[in-house]
Amino acid sequence: MDAILKVSGIGKRFVLHRAQGTVLTVLEGIGFALFPGECLVLSGHSGAGKSTLMRILYGNYLASHGSIRIRHGGEWLEMVGAEPRQILALRRHTIGYVSQFLRAIPRVTALDVVMEPALLRGYARKTAQWKAETLLARLNIPERLWHLAPGTFSGGEQQRINIARGFIAPWPVLLVDEPTASLDETNRRVVLDLIAEAKAAGSAIIGIFHDRAAREAVASRFLDLENACAHIEGDAFHAA
Amino acid sequence: MSALSCDTLPESRARQRADVDKGFPENLAETAPPRPAWAAESPLLQAEHVTHLFGPEQGCQDVSFTLYPGEVLGLVGESGSGKSTLLAALSGRLPPEAGHVRYRDGKDWLDVHALGEARRRTLLRTEWGFVEQNPRDGLRMSVSAGANIGERLMAQGARHYGKLRQAALDWLCRVEIDPDRIDDAPGRFSGGMQQRLQIARNLVSCPRLVFMDEPTGGLDVSVQARILDLLRNLVRELGLAVVLVTHDLAVARLLADRLMVMRRSRIVEAGLTDQILDDPQHPYTQLLVSSILKV
Repeated sequence: MDAILKVSGIGKRFVLHRAQGTVLTVLEGIGFALFPGECLVLSGHSGAGKSTLMRILYGNYLASHGSIRIRHGGEWLEMVGAEPRQILALRRHTIGYVSQFLRAIPRVTALDVVMEPALLRGYARKTAQWKAETLLARLNIPERLWHLAPGTFSGGEQQRINIARGFIAPWPVLLVDEPTASLDETNRRVVLDLIAEAKAAGSAIIGIFHDRAAREAVASRFLDLENACAHIEGDAFHAA
Repeated sequence: MSALSCDTLPESRARQRADVDKGFPENLAETAPPRPAWAAESPLLQAEHVTHLFGPEQGCQDVSFTLYPGEVLGLVGESGSGKSTLLAALSGRLPPEAGHVRYRDGKDWLDVHALGEARRRTLLRTEWGFVEQNPRDGLRMSVSAGANIGERLMAQGARHYGKLRQAALDWLCRVEIDPDRIDDAPGRFSGGMQQRLQIARNLVSCPRLVFMDEPTGGLDVSVQARILDLLRNLVRELGLAVVLVTHDLAVARLLADRLMVMRRSRIVEAGLTDQILDDPQHPYTQLLVSSILKV
């Protein structure tokens, strides 16, 4: 089977102009190919650059060098140096991302947050709403919360809203960053099932899991970032 | 909402992204998708080396970019960086000293500043919109809310009183103003309501391109959220292309697909909105982003 994603020679350097031009090299020489139906788990200690790599693959951080080619609408698209509108089209159709934290917007209800990717994909409103409600119910979000803005929800509830949003549409490539971190056993089980179902449907998944049991349950293989030049923790720019 | 139900609103235009999104199979197993059409899609607005300076590094210089239908471009930077000057040049209000602004009208490209005055005014009233920071600058304060909304439709040739009034009622409803206030003068509205009325007045003619200058700038934070939510939804529903000037990076994150960062009359960095805000490259952008208090 053909790869869906081909990464080669990816490196990430942060140049912190506010700190006398300090250069932090977080990733160096990352390369792998990703195939439909598999789950690649990123491993390495906290600060090894796992989330940084995720963000680069989503177009949120710029790679300092290297190449990321992704199959998008039947053609290979080079993400490094791509136009913003190309990245946005990728995000509508090809790459999904379940980030660690939900970015809540005032006045936008949980249901609308979850439905958004489906609507952008072009689903009919009814279909999107049905799918959203099904997922919210499956993730045990009480129905009385569906029509409230999630800004005031608990951490675990916000994370489940984020997960529902990530799984509402099928993605050729799905990035999941610590999706089980603040969940109880029941909901952790649901998330692992969602991932297994997405794999079975042909999604290629890249994941970060601190929880060993979760990792072993979903991983097809591992990519070790331990020696990939990691010197800093988490969100490099804001941390500096 | 007494007189009119929001359920009776006409279906809005779908976001004009059909070309970009054509041919993506719902089922992952389906194959043979066509060529991605963003390659073929035509831009709507092109700025080429637009320059207008009032003094050294005051105004804008050498600004070039391309805007596509349905795209929201945020212009960010501190006051005095030249954002408003650039906006004035782009929207035909200020002839640039050098460079060109081109707008695509069907298959033809128009040089905005080479157009006759009448033609440019028609463009501004029909296919373009301009939302001012201060709603009093964008509204006609002496006529009713309904007349403010109907004005563009009349400029486009609509004469039927009943239809104009219905359109005004529909739009008051869409921007969450009680339709019973249709005959009130805008001076009797709160600042937030005036801004929503200005938005309705601009969008009633279904423009393709809207310029916005700090649309939430003068409003209380509690009122801002409502306007932002409204704008975000309308921009998507109507498939509007927008050039948005703001110094508020939170507003930029919420509304803009991509950003251009201005400093001392020049664009210093441009890119996808979240990339610019989360991984800024230019020293000035890093300063700008790191100066925000995280709430």
